[in-house]
Amino acid sequence: MAATFLKSQFVFNWRRNPPAILGTLILVVCTGLVVFGPFLVRQNPYDLTQLNLMDSFLPPAWLDGGNPAYLLGTDGQGRDLVAAIVHGARISALIGLSAMALACTIGTTLGLIAGFYGGRVDALIMRVADVQLSFPSMLIALFLMSAFGTGIDKVLIALTAVGWVVYARTVRGSTLGEVQKEYVQAARVAGLSNARIIVKHVLPNVLTPLIVIATVQVGTFILIEASLSFLGVGVPITQPSLGLLIKNGFDVLFSGLWWTSVFPGLMIMAMVFGINLLGDFLRDELNPRLK
Amino acid sequence: MTAPLLSVRDLRTWFHTFAGTVKAVNGVSFDLAPGEVMGLVGESGGGKSVVGFSILGLIDPPGRIEGGQILFNGEDLASASEDRLRRIRGREIGMVFQDPMTSLNPVQTVGAQMDEVLRLHTDLDAAARKARCIEMLESVGISQAADRLRAYPHQFSGGMRQRVVIAIAMLARPRLLIADEPTTALDVTIQAQILRLMRRRIAEDGASMILVTHDLAVVAEMVDRVTVLYCGKVVESGPVRQVIDTPAHPYTRGLIDSIPNPAHRLPRLKQIPGTVPDVRALPAGCAFRARCPRAQAICATDAPALRPHRGEQSAACHFPVAPGEPA
Repeated sequence: MAATFLKSQFVFNWRRNPPAILGTLILVVCTGLVVFGPFLVRQNPYDLTQLNLMDSFLPPAWLDGGNPAYLLGTDGQGRDLVAAIVHGARISALIGLSAMALACTIGTTLGLIAGFYGGRVDALIMRVADVQLSFPSMLIALFLMSAFGTGIDKVLIALTAVGWVVYARTVRGSTLGEVQKEYVQAARVAGLSNARIIVKHVLPNVLTPLIVIATVQVGTFILIEASLSFLGVGVPITQPSLGLLIKNGFDVLFSGLWWTSVFPGLMIMAMVFGINLLGDFLRDELNPRLK
Repeated sequence: MTAPLLSVRDLRTWFHTFAGTVKAVNGVSFDLAPGEVMGLVGESGGGKSVVGFSILGLIDPPGRIEGGQILFNGEDLASASEDRLRRIRGREIGMVFQDPMTSLNPVQTVGAQMDEVLRLHTDLDAAARKARCIEMLESVGISQAADRLRAYPHQFSGGMRQRVVIAIAMLARPRLLIADEPTTALDVTIQAQILRLMRRRIAEDGASMILVTHDLAVVAEMVDRVTVLYCGKVVESGPVRQVIDTPAHPYTRGLIDSIPNPAHRLPRLKQIPGTVPDVRALPAGCAFRARCPRAQAICATDAPALRPHRGEQSAACHFPVAPGEPA
């Protein structure tokens, strides 16, 4: 199985696509940081007993006054920025991935139902989707967050509410096409129930375009979450994501203490850049129309 | 004659579209005896496939069975519940589609798709199901069947896929097989093989078959009896030799005359003049009269009923063609 994958066209094309390789490398490093980073840093940035206020606002280690123990410097509470970034990236990635999973599940289910049954159910689901699409996603997220208050669970709800539409529309479109095909008729002729036909026959055939959407969406969600947190309606101050770290640093940015917001910003940029590079490659690979 | 396996009585399946009601099937009746093979013939849009889907209760909105009975073993399928119909589909009545390239799920192995049907319709355990799948694939002429179960549809050629489709349709040993243009998408050389195979499978299981097709050559070779549809109505039916050799309805006659005959080369191929009328607004009287060389005044006012013509042959025409008479 593994051998067949390594010899596949997919891997062959990947090896000849430098941006895809770069994206993959960036993502592997980011994943490593997110998964293992918190175990590698000495400090738990949210355990106040481990912080030393005397070490606040230390510049990065290579600048004058830098402390080699704090490679990227410290923030106003004497928090090691490296530790804060790996913890923050973990929260950002977790939110991006979970929200994507939620949006994908809900959107795909609704899209399958709309496309398979058609009629009023279809009209209802798709009109809700249309209304939703007529508002900028940032506006909807902001509105929901100010209505519900801050918290990781609220961010997940807001992102899911913003993100399900694209799955529902894509899946509905592909489902309409698949249902026309004779194998779906054949499954009905064989006496299979609708639920079984949808799950076993239609779903696997509409999944491919979702891989691309889901990949790119994780990046988008990380950015939206960062924006929400930057605006102060995202994650709570006790669980700072990268966006909140940027905001905290932004307050002192013009005092010349640039490192507190630039490094978390670079981390976000790296993550989203890697995701988008890989997403572009996947889109070219998996889109049957571009072949 | 024994009691028919399937008896369709005055079936009417209409499609209510925005542009008007399409009476795709409008008063079709026929009987099918156990073990009999019947051909359902007509032009595109003649309602052939709709008859097949009506029998299985698979008419989707805006279509609806407006009236009539579909008696299968004495049970009326037209008024049966969806649960009951699902039990009948695949188990009692199987169906083979036109295009083998799309009638198998591309992302599942052939074995998984066969197993699914058996799991649904039989109590066999996994080993017995596998044995049955292998036996079935071999019976439709696929060698190394055990290995082929693990293959995906794209690894088969068109003819092989149609064999697999037939195997799946016959898995649960249905008593009726509906084949909707099963050879239209295949090479001519493969067509004959597939047709012979279906005929043999039917005979071995003692099942009946309805062969939906527009190909009279296929009909002549394959079926016992033929029913000709035009604009949703039966215009002629009877034993296949009699209908082909001495067609009574001018439409059937026209269809047969349109087949190129290398023995009698003509400067131009014969054809039926005109086109099928708009099924949303059928004229009063006989639907074929505008294209019919024998049409007279009565044809414009009275729709002819299906009447016995000669022996078991019947036709719906005021002026049926007598044997030997030129059209």
